[in-house]
Amino acid sequence: MIPSAFDYAAPATVAEALGVLADAGDDVKLLAGGQSLIPVMKLRLADPAMVVDLGRIGELSGVRDDGDALLIGAMTTHHQIATDPLIAEHVPLLAKAAATVADPQVRHRGTFGGALVHADPAGDMPAPVLAADATFILAGPNGERRVAAADFFQGYFTTAVDDGEILTHVRVPKYAGWGAHYEKFTRVAQQWSIVAVAAMVRVDGGTIAEVRIGLTNMASTPLRATAVEQALVGAPLTRESIATASAHAAEGTDPASDLNGDAAYRRHLAEVLTKRAVIAAAGL
Amino acid sequence: MASSKTITVEVDDVSYTDNVEPRLLLVQYLRERLGKTGTLIGCDTTNCGACTVHLDGVSVKSCTMFAVQADGHNVTTIEGLARDGKLAPLQQAFHECHALQCGFCTPGMIMQSASLLAENPHPTEKEIRDGLEGNLCRCTGYQNIVAAVQAAADGTVSADSTVSADSDETETAGVA
Ligand SMILES: Cc1cc2nc3c(=O)[nH]c(=O)nc-3n(C[C@H](O)[C@H](O)[C@H](O)COP(=O)(O)OP(=O)(O)OC[C@H]3O[C@@H](n4cnc5c(N)ncnc54)[C@H](O)[C@@H]3O)c2cc1C
Ligand code: FES
Ligand code: FES
Repeated sequence: MIPSAFDYAAPATVAEALGVLADAGDDVKLLAGGQSLIPVMKLRLADPAMVVDLGRIGELSGVRDDGDALLIGAMTTHHQIATDPLIAEHVPLLAKAAATVADPQVRHRGTFGGALVHADPAGDMPAPVLAADATFILAGPNGERRVAAADFFQGYFTTAVDDGEILTHVRVPKYAGWGAHYEKFTRVAQQWSIVAVAAMVRVDGGTIAEVRIGLTNMASTPLRATAVEQALVGAPLTRESIATASAHAAEGTDPASDLNGDAAYRRHLAEVLTKRAVIAAAGL
Repeated sequence: MASSKTITVEVDDVSYTDNVEPRLLLVQYLRERLGKTGTLIGCDTTNCGACTVHLDGVSVKSCTMFAVQADGHNVTTIEGLARDGKLAPLQQAFHECHALQCGFCTPGMIMQSASLLAENPHPTEKEIRDGLEGNLCRCTGYQNIVAAVQAAADGTVSADSTVSADSDETETAGVA
């Protein structure tokens, strides 16, 4: 399958890329890893007149220590996220989620930023990033602006990134001493999540001191399992208390029905997977 | 109108400079421009892995990359694995372990396996199966593919791996 013809630019800096975007008009697409964009261009579901490749912008790639947080470049690949030592040390939840994305070849090309801006409800990176309370750094014609994760995901394949803007980095706080787990439910290999749950837990002397839970594919955007979080804080670290709290996992969700499962089945999965994710994150 | 771009790509140790349309997929460039038809197109939708090649040493699906993205980079295809007339250990292992039937998936399987072993030289069986999750085989049931990757990792393939149209000489060296 051959995409429609397009003009191609491969700028070397973010500033240059913003200039190209500003000049290009409406019909332009940014190309990151291409693992979502190229398939839809081949199907001609997207046929931009111009493609701006971010792949030559070195400043967008890699993970940096930034004090109480990590600064992750948008062009950092899923493979890098899954294997980076700073991420393994400070936010292992991201590594665990990235390791479940697609397959090794797609993880070698697909990027952290691309997956977040693409914002597929079944995508695996948005819920962990929401649970981790990350901040998105966007570069645009009027300079830089920052968007909290809670405001970034706005709907089905829709984020706070405006036309003419580029996601450059994501700032993710460090979670020293927290346990983490990403529990993804699929039926076959190399599949998108039917439902998945991202959990981070801090245990203090036999009780759950803090907990953060993100749900994948339980609505058009990733969600926090707020009712479960509230029920768990201060609860004793036992399988029973986790099971009781996890029964609230589907509260406030709005899952889709599709060939992989109807909404009721997804609600059931959310409860079971939340229980498993929290138990694993707590190291029980 | 969309303009063409000049790219320089090193493929299997040879440098090529070509004028390409930006929409030309890497797999088309390899097959149709360079005649490297060892890299196959199975699904054309990023699922089957038949088109797997290495970009700067790591596996990618060449049906899901534009040739312009490879400008200035290094590509290795299945045709670049054999050295000095000798099959690479993974190629020899696939041969000896009967890891193929029709052979359509084989170039992609071998390129992905090579990338896997470069990242993890001694994988467990589960790691091999996970490492090949983006490669589909309609014939073998995967069992012998996993065995071949294990054999290559363990170094238990025969040393006699002469590249030959007549497979008899490698046949007798097989089945350890
Ligand atoms: C076979 C297959 C299986 C997959 N399975 C999974 C899975 O299980 N889980 C999962 O989460 N994902 C999965 N994916 C998707 C994969 O994670 C993609 O890598 C990801 O969705 C998009 O990232 P990308 O870098 O390839 O972005 P691209 O495809 O290059 O871009 C995606 C979109 O984001 C925009 N964009 C990209 N970067 C930026 C930026 N820095 N600033 C502003 N806009 C930007 C682009 O314009 C485009 O609209 C799968 C993909 C394939 C092909
Ligand atoms: S042809 Fe590229 S993945 Fe199937
Ligand atoms: S050997 Fe036929 S597809 Fe694998």
